[in-house]
Amino acid sequence: MSSAFKDMAAIVSEHPMFAGFAAEHRELIAGCASNVRFDAGALLFREGEPVSRFYLIRYGKVAVELASPSRGHITIQTHQEGDIVGWSWIVPPFHSYHDARALTLTRALAFDGACLRDKAAADPEFGFVLLKHFSQLIAQSLERVQLQLVDVYGEVQSA
Amino acid sequence: MPEAAAVADPMVPVPYRVLRQRREIDGVHTLDFEPAEGRTPFRALPGQFNMVYAYGIGEAAISLSGDCDDTKTIRHTIRKVGAVTAGLCSLGKGDSVGIRGPFGRPWPLDEARGADIVVVAGGIGLAPLRPAIYGLLAKRERYGRIAVLYGSRSPEELLFLDELKRWRGRFDLEVEATVDHTTGGWFGQVGVVTALIDRAGFDPDNAVALICGPEIMMRFCARELEHRGMSPADIYVSMERNMACGVGHCGHCQFGPEFVCKDGPVFAYDRVEPIMTLREV
Repeated sequence: MSSAFKDMAAIVSEHPMFAGFAAEHRELIAGCASNVRFDAGALLFREGEPVSRFYLIRYGKVAVELASPSRGHITIQTHQEGDIVGWSWIVPPFHSYHDARALTLTRALAFDGACLRDKAAADPEFGFVLLKHFSQLIAQSLERVQLQLVDVYGEVQSA
Repeated sequence: MPEAAAVADPMVPVPYRVLRQRREIDGVHTLDFEPAEGRTPFRALPGQFNMVYAYGIGEAAISLSGDCDDTKTIRHTIRKVGAVTAGLCSLGKGDSVGIRGPFGRPWPLDEARGADIVVVAGGIGLAPLRPAIYGLLAKRERYGRIAVLYGSRSPEELLFLDELKRWRGRFDLEVEATVDHTTGGWFGQVGVVTALIDRAGFDPDNAVALICGPEIMMRFCARELEHRGMSPADIYVSMERNMACGVGHCGHCQFGPEFVCKDGPVFAYDRVEPIMTLREV
């Protein structure tokens, strides 16, 4: 096992997202990871394009944006150190529905979605655990978007 | 929880004059009031509210937003949401109002001694929490870690921005702000206020949370705090329900078995959670 791989396995092991995974499953995940960096302004995802990865941010800040012809780039979420960015890699047709842009120099672990899907197909138990954890991430993300959609701060009682 | 300060005659408004008025953000103004005649000092506790009477228009329940150690002036931050609040926001220096109060149960700052404190505010909800933050900072040594988490619709609608910046500069206070969305010019966080709870530094087994904002936001925040391991009994929310008499007689603010004006507006979450999700209430 290379020391670089050991480092990635350690990072994966320490992240709360992967806390419920068995050690051998964490190793499968780490085996699909690589180190990446993005300069400020670089895109991690672009709306409509195929998504082959998700990211665990180790340093920096990433904005999730929607492009509007009249309003420009609307930032709907920011991510920072420790956050997982992207779940479109797990849901067909594996396309992004928004842009994700590095706001500052950003270092991350990139996880190859096709690699993980292949491993999940070969090991259904791993696949189940992977889906279970990512469905929680997706549910949390949807819940937050719902809160944004209802525009809670517009709620008033006349007086 | 300390008892509310005694009110001489709770149904009789006391005349006050506007000392100064300041526009905070679009549609939100802060007014400082001083007694129109020589009066005894105004004593209130963070979290309490007054019934403020705009002469000729009507009364509205407005939370205190200033430092409760200042007994000479009363500070209210008011959002224009109807005829009374629009009338109050249009007042200038020297104009008169009637004030009844203070009413209601305050934030449990004494009970929270020794605990970490998580203050979660949404939109105008920072105003009723500001006196609590002043109170916490005035006796900083009594508490563990303090986190102030604030969410707003957009950067333009962040309240008390100068004060937030000052608080953020302190080493003994964690201050995080987020906005629901932005189109640029904002370098802070974007997303809902519940996302800040995930990262805040506090011990869920020894923490007290104070939440004020729209009711949906408070429910989601309380749920997130419970996910972090906090007990609903240690989570406090400030409710708003059309308060009128201020003393639990008229029933306008009845909320299940509670009267928000008298039993609240600050409630432990375990007391109101079952009622908050009842459609009939």
